[in-house]
Amino acid sequence: MNREDFPMLKKDIVYFDNGATTLKPKVVIDSINKYYKEHTANIHRGDYEAAVKTNELYDGVRELVSKLVNCNSDEVIYTSGATMSLNMVVFGYMKKHLKKGDEVLLNKAEHASNVLPWIKLREEIGIVIKYVPLNKNYELTLDNIKKYVTNKTKVISLAHVSNVIGDVRDVKSIGKYCRDNKILFNVDGAQSVPHMKVDFKDSNIDFLSFSGHKMCGPTVVGILVGRKELLEEMEPLFYGGGMNSFFEEDYSYELKSIPTRFEAGTPPIAEVIGLGEAIKYLQKIGMDKIHDYEIELKKYLLEKIKDIDNLIVYNKNTDSGIIAFNIDGVFAQDSAVYLNHYNIYVRAGNHCAKMLKDELSIKNTVRISMYFYNNKEDIDKLVEVLKNSKDIFKVII
Amino acid sequence: MDENFRREIILDNYNDPMNRGLIEDDSYLKTRTNSESCIDDLNFMMKIEDGKVKDIRFDGEACAISTSATSIMIRSLIGKKIDEVRKILLNYQNMINDKEYDKELLGELNVYDNIQPNRKNCALIPSVAVDKMLEELK
Repeated sequence: MNREDFPMLKKDIVYFDNGATTLKPKVVIDSINKYYKEHTANIHRGDYEAAVKTNELYDGVRELVSKLVNCNSDEVIYTSGATMSLNMVVFGYMKKHLKKGDEVLLNKAEHASNVLPWIKLREEIGIVIKYVPLNKNYELTLDNIKKYVTNKTKVISLAHVSNVIGDVRDVKSIGKYCRDNKILFNVDGAQSVPHMKVDFKDSNIDFLSFSGHKMCGPTVVGILVGRKELLEEMEPLFYGGGMNSFFEEDYSYELKSIPTRFEAGTPPIAEVIGLGEAIKYLQKIGMDKIHDYEIELKKYLLEKIKDIDNLIVYNKNTDSGIIAFNIDGVFAQDSAVYLNHYNIYVRAGNHCAKMLKDELSIKNTVRISMYFYNNKEDIDKLVEVLKNSKDIFKVII
Repeated sequence: MDENFRREIILDNYNDPMNRGLIEDDSYLKTRTNSESCIDDLNFMMKIEDGKVKDIRFDGEACAISTSATSIMIRSLIGKKIDEVRKILLNYQNMINDKEYDKELLGELNVYDNIQPNRKNCALIPSVAVDKMLEELK
């Protein structure tokens, strides 16, 4: 649906790499151009007309985010992306509030940005990281999580939708369990917020991170949503202009209130405005409609490929538009090069989930990740090419 | 070069590469090439004796281009003196990077003389690995 809104789709391509980044609709591109062509100004400092307009648009995006994920607008922090958001949680909040021996539950399907900051924190203050095993379908369940909780468990940190297997974790139940047991619940929403309704308050989430570019917005802008009382206790990682009320010769200083305290320096103004446009655009379509449509596409794809016997699909049952597979006996990168030959864009690799190999017993997969602008014709093209994959080396060498 | 002949050499070396599988031996130099731009991940080991390459072995997960290039590279280097090896590596890297090179020195490695830009890093993996191990000798 809505294919005509995307300039990139005017090229003859099948774009199946939405888990990595998404295409941008014209309204988003136009809003960024407009900022640069018609109302360039820094924020919060100018009294001229362009500055007023820029301020209004820039600040207004917090309200749009708060409606999208159901939080308060002063709980919305602009960041450079989900990676920065997750790092702010770990080094701005957790570092101050966790102590040696405190346990953090992760799992091996997580993206590097929800693992490495924790490994670094372990190095710094001696927290204990435990990996909750996945079930036989490579999914993370609350039952498995519960088995790993002890009285030292302080944090459960997970992706709402994992970026290789694409399983949708039951954040509502996990969030309730966390709140009941006084465990902090940190959610990486990079693969969920663009594709489905996410409810920060209802799911009892404490911190929620996501990126703009995976939801039709520009690169280098993302969001951290944090529960207000936690944000009050979080340390900024950056200090400078825009985030202080005053500083004096005697070393005294005072920081601004939340959320601007966490946004030192000139922020990505054009990108925040573009993200706002993307959010309006997605909401006009409807998050439930987007999710349902992606599931419909996935079912269609699975039905079409079920008779191709040299395909190994790792995640038939998951409830998202992500399909991880390999052509039997072919290295994932060779498969991606082969598909590229027919202008089908997919991703091959470990998808930054470098520990998933321990659970999957294969290091690299080909990943198809769909979005609402994909259609059945895209899938038909893919299936046709996969059916002929016995000729793969004739094509790629 | 005839395309079918080129493909045949590459595929033969991909399907049945020379010296795949590592051994326990501390007299070998060792390195791991984990390319930043692709997902090939290969371990290499090389034995130098009397100023010559006595053996090179490798293992790991990699694409058709890097696996076959490794196999052909190993066959080309075993038995050569270190300065000859350096010459081959330099000319091979020049060929892959579209610079001037001596075709006569490269033998079967010439099958990669027309490599697509997005496969260059794959083709370079074995030469980068041997270079790294030779560095250790210094």
